[in-house]
Amino acid sequence: MQIYLPIADLPVNVFLIFAMGIAVGFISGMFGIGGGFLMTPLLIFVGISPAVAVASVASHIAASSFSGVIAYWRRRALDFALASMLLIGGILGTMTGVWLFSILRTVGQLDLTIGLSYLTLLGAVGSMMIVEGLRAIARARSGKPADIRRPGSHTWIHGLPIKVRFKQSKIYVSVIPLWVIGFGIGFIGAIMGIGGGFLLVPALIYLMRVPTGVVIGTSMILTLVTMTGATVMHASTNHLVDAVLALTLMVGGVIGAQFGARAGQKIRGEQLRLLLGILVLLVGLRFASDLVLQPSELFSLRPLESRQ
Amino acid sequence: MMRLTRLAAAVAAFAAAAPAHAERLVVSLSAHRVLINSSFTGAEPVLFGAVERDAASATRRGGYDAVVTVTGPRQDVVTRQKERVVGIWVNAQSRTFLDVPSYLVVLTNRPLAAIASPDALQRLQIGIAQTPMVSDAADDPTTDAFRSAFLRLNREHGLYREEANAITFLTPNLFRAAIELPANAPIGNYEVDVKLFADGGLLTRQTSAIEIVKVGFEQFVASAAREHGFAYGLATATLALLAGWAGSIVFRRD
Repeated sequence: MQIYLPIADLPVNVFLIFAMGIAVGFISGMFGIGGGFLMTPLLIFVGISPAVAVASVASHIAASSFSGVIAYWRRRALDFALASMLLIGGILGTMTGVWLFSILRTVGQLDLTIGLSYLTLLGAVGSMMIVEGLRAIARARSGKPADIRRPGSHTWIHGLPIKVRFKQSKIYVSVIPLWVIGFGIGFIGAIMGIGGGFLLVPALIYLMRVPTGVVIGTSMILTLVTMTGATVMHASTNHLVDAVLALTLMVGGVIGAQFGARAGQKIRGEQLRLLLGILVLLVGLRFASDLVLQPSELFSLRPLESRQ
Repeated sequence: MMRLTRLAAAVAAFAAAAPAHAERLVVSLSAHRVLINSSFTGAEPVLFGAVERDAASATRRGGYDAVVTVTGPRQDVVTRQKERVVGIWVNAQSRTFLDVPSYLVVLTNRPLAAIASPDALQRLQIGIAQTPMVSDAADDPTTDAFRSAFLRLNREHGLYREEANAITFLTPNLFRAAIELPANAPIGNYEVDVKLFADGGLLTRQTSAIEIVKVGFEQFVASAAREHGFAYGLATATLALLAGWAGSIVFRRD
């Protein structure tokens, strides 16, 4: 069944979009991530303009992360104090991201920036995850115990000023890196249409020593607020949020996530990370091929505001 | 009433301007408004034209030829060219075409070249190549890469088209033409210009119009997004939160 997307201005098969929502929802539930880094590229690959894809996926991620936040809140696995510090940077980052997004769109380099960002980010993160996953599997095979991170091992990050004690997370850290991390996630989220959970969670665990119990729920709060903010900002500045597209994705995503979460519990952690790493790298490579190979069409058209 | 007045005015003007040709052209469209709703995948309004003759009309041994030109709302369009810069393909040079039709379709009953001389076509601006398209840079229309790419891409998108056998003469004095409006045709007013030729000369012309509008939910969403961006964003965000909340209720596991 074809439906006409009012903002993307093209007809799409509603079942295809719905199925994409379910598939990405399944993966996001399985790996405990937002899935924006898969959803935005998929939409671009089916022909929706990168600008509309990024803006619309923001609201889709807001929906799925809200589900997640509620689930973690029920288990009290959230650190609101820590989240509020991340949010200070996150909201500023989102605003900067949306502002840069508008500028890049005007000068015609938005698609390139989105492509390059995906390539760089997914290539680097994917490779790291694969290496890490392979090491963990090798360790498990040889029977050695897993690498236990000592909470006492401090880095230069812990020497920064303005320290605050976060009771829920049982950490005592400077808020400066929290602001910086929040800003970075909000910024790339607004430009790339990703929640950034797959970057934020490792950053909080390895850099800030946030306990694994509260890290996912807390990172989802940041994702929820930055993506809700990005939806409103993209809608009011660039007028590119397609509500019909977003709603179709949301419904599929919420359903898929539930089944994904169940499937994820049956697979071992290391294997799960290796799989996710391969997936991330593949999406990155797809962007690389688009940028490096000579396109079959060198020219593109873009109407400016119509004169009516 | 408007149409009647316009028709009458056109006939009066025509009668004053060219008393030698006494053919009169009457055109009618199956639809003046094309509505885009959620199931829109394109439309095909049909145009009928009738040639009315009177005692003063000369006998046309070669029969009549008809040319229907449909011009969509005008807009400025940026054409960008990708170039390889340090190994990757980026948008480099660009050219803006000013006030060009977003949709330009020329339908005829036989090839344009057979209907009128190149000079006449050029003078009457009939055909895609004969339609003036001004860009922001001085270029030679015959060799410019941007211009040819602009025309080629619009052809590929189904927005610029010349069809030599799209008009069917049902009787020597009655013809029909189907105007194919693809799903990507922009909304707005489309000018329909019908010209009647015989023996290489223009006899008469008649204009009509089609309007493409978004209706119902599509219209509501599109105009809300454009005119009330902030409220639209808030509504979408609220919808997202509701969907997330509903998901967590329906699939609650604990």
